[in-house]
Amino acid sequence: MENIPLIGMVSIFTAGLTIAIGSVGPALGEGRAIAQALSALAQQPDEAATITRTLFVGLAMIESTAIYCFVVSMILIFANPFWNYVAAGAGG
Amino acid sequence: MTISPDDVVYWQWSALSLNATIVNTWLVMALLTLGSWLVTRRLSTGTDISRWQNLLEVLVTGIRDQIRQVSHQEPGRYLPFVGTLFLYIATANLLNIVPGYMAPTGSLSTTTALAVCVFIAVPLYGIVQEGPLVYLMHYVRPSWLMLPFNIIGEFSRTLALAVRLYGNIMSGTVIAAILLGLTPYLFPVVMELLGLLTGMIQAYIFAILAMVYIASATSAHQRTGQAGDMHEPVSEK
Repeated sequence: MENIPLIGMVSIFTAGLTIAIGSVGPALGEGRAIAQALSALAQQPDEAATITRTLFVGLAMIESTAIYCFVVSMILIFANPFWNYVAAGAGG
Repeated sequence: MTISPDDVVYWQWSALSLNATIVNTWLVMALLTLGSWLVTRRLSTGTDISRWQNLLEVLVTGIRDQIRQVSHQEPGRYLPFVGTLFLYIATANLLNIVPGYMAPTGSLSTTTALAVCVFIAVPLYGIVQEGPLVYLMHYVRPSWLMLPFNIIGEFSRTLALAVRLYGNIMSGTVIAAILLGLTPYLFPVVMELLGLLTGMIQAYIFAILAMVYIASATSAHQRTGQAGDMHEPVSEK
């Protein structure tokens, strides 16, 4: 079966592409958010508690898009359903 | 490489299996319950308090303050739910430093269960506070056109809660495992430290997001009077 090397190749390639593209956007977004929060902290040090809490919650929301990409690439590498299907079909 | 505590099976009997997720969840539950039972056996109201009572008071006061700041409501009725979420996730993540322990939050089933708890608690709090009709009107609030999007949002934020916690904890485990093969001695320790920080922040974020969702379901009719309250500490100068 030449399906197995094909599926392996496409899965690994897609996993790399997923995490590479998927981390660019959140990285830019988090950089912008932190820069804005730092300037806000410099202007209003009294509001540090509110700004920091909102920053953390916002960072988690932004970061979760990168985490989704990471989960998808982990699934592609370690728990690929197509790979398991083909491997089971070839074995049995 | 085991990336999920679901794969570590301790005991199996026909369809029934005890994996590391369940065992570690019980471990965290037992630790929290036993610890708070031991501390709260001898509480004192005077100035002479034990150090453990001091710890618990700091924790509970901190959680109450956070709930009050986020929701602009009295924290009493939300404290059991939100505080339990925070304490459980934080303990489960911080125990990662114990060798042989795998955080149960690194399994998608645990985080899905926690997210489903939030998913059920939000309408419960909303209906208890405002009655079923007022609560259901939330879904058509800007206009009737928004009804499907509000319903989709309800589900997608539950999915996001579950996958966010799972992905963060699982990525810590995977990165530590990969680095152990590449640079074995010092660098994985640094990443483990980062994992502890991430676990703590994720516990905080999970609890805060649950509180934000509950607050958005319960406080609609009070919102007009509190738009200016976000900047209260300025006047103390």
